[in-house]
Amino acid sequence: MSDLLLADIGSTFTKVCRVDVENSRLTATASSPTTVSTDVMEGLERACHEIDVDLENNAGMRLLACSSAAGGLSIAAVGLVPSLTAKAAEMAALGAGAKVVGVFPFLLTRNDLSQLEHLSPDLILLTGGTDGGDTEHIVSNARTLADVFADTPLVVAGNRAAHDELDTILQTWNAPVRATANVMPELGRLDLEPARTCIRELFLERIVVAKGMGHVRMRADLLLPTPDAVMRSLSALRDAWATAPASAATTRTPEPTTAPADEDCLMVVDVGGATTDVYSYGFGRPASPDIVYRGLPEPLEKRTVEADLGVRYTLAGLAEHMDTEYVIRDGGLTIAQLEHWVSVVSGNPSRLPASPVEQTADTALARAACHLAVVRHCGNLEEVWTPQGRTLVQQGKDLTHAALVAGTGGPAAHDVPPGAVPRAAVRRPGETGLLPRNPRIMMDRGYILWGLGLLVAADLPDCAAALAADHLVRA
Amino acid sequence: MVNVVLGVIGTDCHAVGNKILEIAFRDAGFIVHNLGVMVSQEEFIAAAIETNAEALLISSLCGHAEIDCRGLRERCIEAGIGDILLYLGGNLTVGESDFAEVKQKFTDMGFDRIFPPGIMPEDGIDALRADLRGRGLELEIPDV
Repeated sequence: MSDLLLADIGSTFTKVCRVDVENSRLTATASSPTTVSTDVMEGLERACHEIDVDLENNAGMRLLACSSAAGGLSIAAVGLVPSLTAKAAEMAALGAGAKVVGVFPFLLTRNDLSQLEHLSPDLILLTGGTDGGDTEHIVSNARTLADVFADTPLVVAGNRAAHDELDTILQTWNAPVRATANVMPELGRLDLEPARTCIRELFLERIVVAKGMGHVRMRADLLLPTPDAVMRSLSALRDAWATAPASAATTRTPEPTTAPADEDCLMVVDVGGATTDVYSYGFGRPASPDIVYRGLPEPLEKRTVEADLGVRYTLAGLAEHMDTEYVIRDGGLTIAQLEHWVSVVSGNPSRLPASPVEQTADTALARAACHLAVVRHCGNLEEVWTPQGRTLVQQGKDLTHAALVAGTGGPAAHDVPPGAVPRAAVRRPGETGLLPRNPRIMMDRGYILWGLGLLVAADLPDCAAALAADHLVRA
Repeated sequence: MVNVVLGVIGTDCHAVGNKILEIAFRDAGFIVHNLGVMVSQEEFIAAAIETNAEALLISSLCGHAEIDCRGLRERCIEAGIGDILLYLGGNLTVGESDFAEVKQKFTDMGFDRIFPPGIMPEDGIDALRADLRGRGLELEIPDV
């Protein structure tokens, strides 16, 4: 049998999809409330039941799952300098699909420790120092953590010169510990993949069990944090569209590419009730050798999470940062109409728009969240006058040539006009941010990107690309 | 293993000498963290902390060194790396001026070594070796 099952165990719903791998077709989908209070396996079995799959009887059917239930995967990142290893540690954790609950630079203080206790992360990522650089901070921080957090899984990805000393300290650790390559082996060079791999291993080995997903883990062939699966879906999107000529948009024979060219950059935006996540693929290096690049280099696969930009629970943060006048003009609304919708959803976050005006207001807010999150995700180009004349300085990723922007999640699934939310990722006239200029706008209205990512992770990229071509809609 | 941080400070984008210095100091056995051109004081300090650097090797060729370097030693002290060696070289002032005066000015600002235009990288390397030896740090000379 070449069918397999995809499952997304979300905080509210568990969604399953049955895939005919041989013909690269999605044959059935269903969803059921997530049962996190008992065993998430129950909700998963119920959802499977709706599409006539019995997980026990169909023991041969592969199950690929991702989960964001029970708070997902929460990580506290510890590093040395805020703009260097602490930032690199945060990027590594975000890239592994985690929710970063805190970033702690320099020496951990007593106050940091009590904050950490309060945050109670699923995992701590400890970094600090380039290889051969500072060892004092990471060693001291390991000692501090060993006193209080020895029961929290730990990934160490700092200065390799500190490994011997760290080994001795970490011997007394009760929870599993992984020591791996430095997130910043030399100044300005990132190596995030080894840390990400260790985070995934510990997630599977320890964290999912602690979150009542032990049975799912035993049954599943693959289990990832949901944002990790979404990140991987970008390569399926790239295979399906970005590298193909526009006329052959539904090609079923994606061309393999190893080093992505600039035109292969793409982006996914997930506007949610509490956060807005932006994923991008591509290095986004300066377009011309005359441009001076400053700051940390950017990872090929980058994820940012804006915890203050959501369209339900974090409307206050969105309201603080958005240009209200622009939002009103953008949606053709009056201030009263916008304020009305804000007060309605602030009181009842699960409420869906019930009139065209409410729909317009919901879309306008989601567009504002999308745009702000993309501005923070992308780099910018600054003109600096020097004694040698005009110079351009770039910080962060140049995604102006991104070939594709896809919208997924909540408001993007029912925006009006269709595609309005991901279209807000496009650079506006006069902006210095390096936002996409003319991308193909795609919509994930059936909420399937996570499933494509699972297929990619299970080494079925062709099937993922074919499903992407069939189930994502061009706006 | 001695880490040093190298870069061109301020709004200065002269990139050639920077590359030459990187190669020369690396060949001399130092671990060189080259920040390139247009580097701010804050970036120099952050890099020095992360790499546990013994010295900041700062170039300035546009004549604005005095403005760009002002307060650097004080910021290093504030950041907990007050004893780091600060080296400065290039075209430090605009127009003709007496180098002894220039040197005094930057010495007063807390720089350990100030180099005039037209010197060779070896002059800086020898000086750094001597200063490190003075601090009890002997640099292993690599086999070339």
